[in-house]
Amino acid sequence: MPRRLVLAALAAALLALLIAAPSTFADTFTPESGGSQNADDIDTLYKVTLYVAIVIFLIVEGTLVWSLVRHRARRGGAEAVQIRGNTPLELGWTVAAALILVVLTVVTFLYLDDIENPPESGANGLQASQTSFASIDQPNPPGDRPYLRIGVNGQQYLWRYDYPGEQRLFSYYEMVVPVDTTVVLEVTASDVIHSWWIPKLGGKVDGVPGHVNETWFKIPASKAGTTFHGQCAELCGSGHADMRAEVRAVTPAQFEAWAEEHRAAIEEAGELLSEQRERRAGDEER
Amino acid sequence: MEARTAAKAARPEIVLHGVRAPQRGWLTWLTTTDHKKIGILYLFATFLFFILGGVEALLMRLQLAQPNNTLINPETYNGLVTIHGTTMVFLFMVPVWAGIGNYFLPLMIGARDMAFPRLNALSFWLLLFGGIAFYVSIFFEPPQAGWTMYPPLSDDVFSPGGGVDAWIFLIHLTGLSSLIGAVNFVATIHNMRAPGMSWGRMPLFVWTLLVYSYLLIVALPAVAAAVTMLLTDRHFGTAFFDPAGGGDPLLWQHLFWFFGHPEVYIMVLPAFGVISEVLPVFARKPIFGYKAIAASTVAIAFLGLLVWAHHMFTTPTATVVLAFFMLSSFTIAVPTGIKIFNWIATLWRGQIVYKTPLYFAVALPALFTIGGISGVILAIFPVDWQLHDTYFVVAHFHYVLFGGAVFALFAALYYWFPKMSGRMMSESLGKVSFWLMFVGFNVTFLVQHSAGLSGMPRRIYDYSSELGVTEYNLISTIGAFILGIGVLVTCVNLIHSLKNGKKAGNDPWQGNTLEWFTTSPPPPNNFDVIPRVRSVEPMKDIRREVMARTVATETVAQPVAPRSL
Repeated sequence: MPRRLVLAALAAALLALLIAAPSTFADTFTPESGGSQNADDIDTLYKVTLYVAIVIFLIVEGTLVWSLVRHRARRGGAEAVQIRGNTPLELGWTVAAALILVVLTVVTFLYLDDIENPPESGANGLQASQTSFASIDQPNPPGDRPYLRIGVNGQQYLWRYDYPGEQRLFSYYEMVVPVDTTVVLEVTASDVIHSWWIPKLGGKVDGVPGHVNETWFKIPASKAGTTFHGQCAELCGSGHADMRAEVRAVTPAQFEAWAEEHRAAIEEAGELLSEQRERRAGDEER
Repeated sequence: MEARTAAKAARPEIVLHGVRAPQRGWLTWLTTTDHKKIGILYLFATFLFFILGGVEALLMRLQLAQPNNTLINPETYNGLVTIHGTTMVFLFMVPVWAGIGNYFLPLMIGARDMAFPRLNALSFWLLLFGGIAFYVSIFFEPPQAGWTMYPPLSDDVFSPGGGVDAWIFLIHLTGLSSLIGAVNFVATIHNMRAPGMSWGRMPLFVWTLLVYSYLLIVALPAVAAAVTMLLTDRHFGTAFFDPAGGGDPLLWQHLFWFFGHPEVYIMVLPAFGVISEVLPVFARKPIFGYKAIAASTVAIAFLGLLVWAHHMFTTPTATVVLAFFMLSSFTIAVPTGIKIFNWIATLWRGQIVYKTPLYFAVALPALFTIGGISGVILAIFPVDWQLHDTYFVVAHFHYVLFGGAVFALFAALYYWFPKMSGRMMSESLGKVSFWLMFVGFNVTFLVQHSAGLSGMPRRIYDYSSELGVTEYNLISTIGAFILGIGVLVTCVNLIHSLKNGKKAGNDPWQGNTLEWFTTSPPPPNNFDVIPRVRSVEPMKDIRREVMARTVATETVAQPVAPRSL
């Protein structure tokens, strides 16, 4: 077969692969996403840079391999060309490299706002009164709709979640959240540094003792009933591998029922505890 | 009588300097101040540490080969993570360039030794004892907080064992070793270059060694301060990194990475220098854009001091700071890109001679491009929020440090072994080793990008099969063993060629730089005559001159060389 045909076939195969790849291997070549808008935006931003990267990769590696094959020393081959540089060419590729980075910068800042700042909750989100789930001193997401602010505290080797409100509500390991509601997380840690990360719900944030780090997610209504998994992403000791976390998305109604039930259970446990304490104190007095 | 004695003393005498009988025996290796012997000691010691670090990596890969593996428990795994990283950075990749530099820096600039030979010996012994002080910790309790040693995990409450202290001791000893070595390199390069070797005629490898040394001098004090603070936090009741006492764990991260990121360039710039030496020799072409390559080395070093917080994108930090560190990290891609383009242009339209050093040298632009591109992706901080502390990062820095620095080191080894030993290494074994390493490396680390993208965090001894990374891990483990066998083949090649290699002669590759002007191995004084340097390729000039003279004499007298009797 003539060489040109082979090359054309190779090019066509490569092109087909490139076109087919995004759909078939989407998960192989891109970050996790699908649970929240910020994760999806990061995914898109990553894809944009990946496409730029693939083009640069092909050009650089292609020229490298081509030079290696084409200019292999042969008996009676051409003399090596004694050039020491080419200023216009060198300036050209310097400017080109810089321009690509400018493009990447612009694209990043276009997406940044949507990734970083929490949006308003959806119309079908949490309907409970502001007082039971709002925080006093932190800036709120835009809009008047209720949202949920949860304190996340990393401890060797588990996560604790504190829900706001007058009555105490907290849980460990499994975080229950309503769908279509903006959930703002305030992440910290009480012993060593941990890192909160549920891949499908967006980027990770470190929980650092003495600091509060913020992130958010908003799970679409269609995902009600889904459980998202994650794992601590900062080496935190011998139990680091077992420091897992789950986020269970439920409908707002289910969430409120869960919250009520848990609040009651926590209160009951608290009362039981103080009763026992009183009894013990009474025993000691006698 | 008295008069006669006086007359005898006044008589001029010839005093012999430096022609003492050469000392023999192993003791000479302990007392030597010869830069070449110290270089060999460095290479020997760092290669041992490389093998140790490699074995640790293979143990981790074995553990990760399948889920629910019980080969290694979590504590041991965290220990391996820490020791592997520390060994490869502090005991192998940084000092190995000090070793190569020790041997070849004086030879390449036409000097007879380093500026401070005894200091040179001290810097080797500090390194060795730093390594030993660290490695004895495996007999009591190895550190388990990762090579980055983030407090509070590394403080006395969460790491009460002595391992972290052994690590601090290692940082101080190897840091001192590097600092002394760096001062020595700087003094030597500034003062002892051959006549005529201006800055613009200095070999590019020497340029990178100069920048390597300055970077060490600038960056090391930060980590020395940090580990001292950690030491006093652990033992003397201070609270630099303890929020309960008014300290801040993030202070450690800033100090550590202010050193840690330049450290990456400390490891990789000399590798760039090697490539800039090897490619022109085997392409039979001058280096393309000498000034641009030298300038970009300086630019990378300077910018490298301004990017440290890109290791901290997930910490509680203001967006404007994150944006600054994203942009500063971006800018490094430009000088790095310039280098890669220049190397490819050096190969372009050359007459490329396919010898083992060239194979390894070409691997750097091929693989570093991947590491560089993934580096730009990681510099975009919202993307880093997803990829930080995953195997994507592990893949990225192995492409930079193994694909870049280690492949370049092997190029240097194959390129300069004939000069050090007087014998050639086996070409066939070399090529087998290269292909095993190249294939093994890519099999190991390419899939780790995908593993990281699937949400696989680092430094975990066992990944549940639900995460969907089981296949990636198996592939990676298989690749690691192919890579290991590749390294082993080079070890065999080294030992075999030391005795049985072909005689190399002074200039087996038709090199460009002055080390090829002297014998292989060079005599203790390196050069009897130091040639005057007229260009960036002095050895090429010398060869040309010799050729011209030979041709001239041949046309006149036509001597017949006695071939064999």
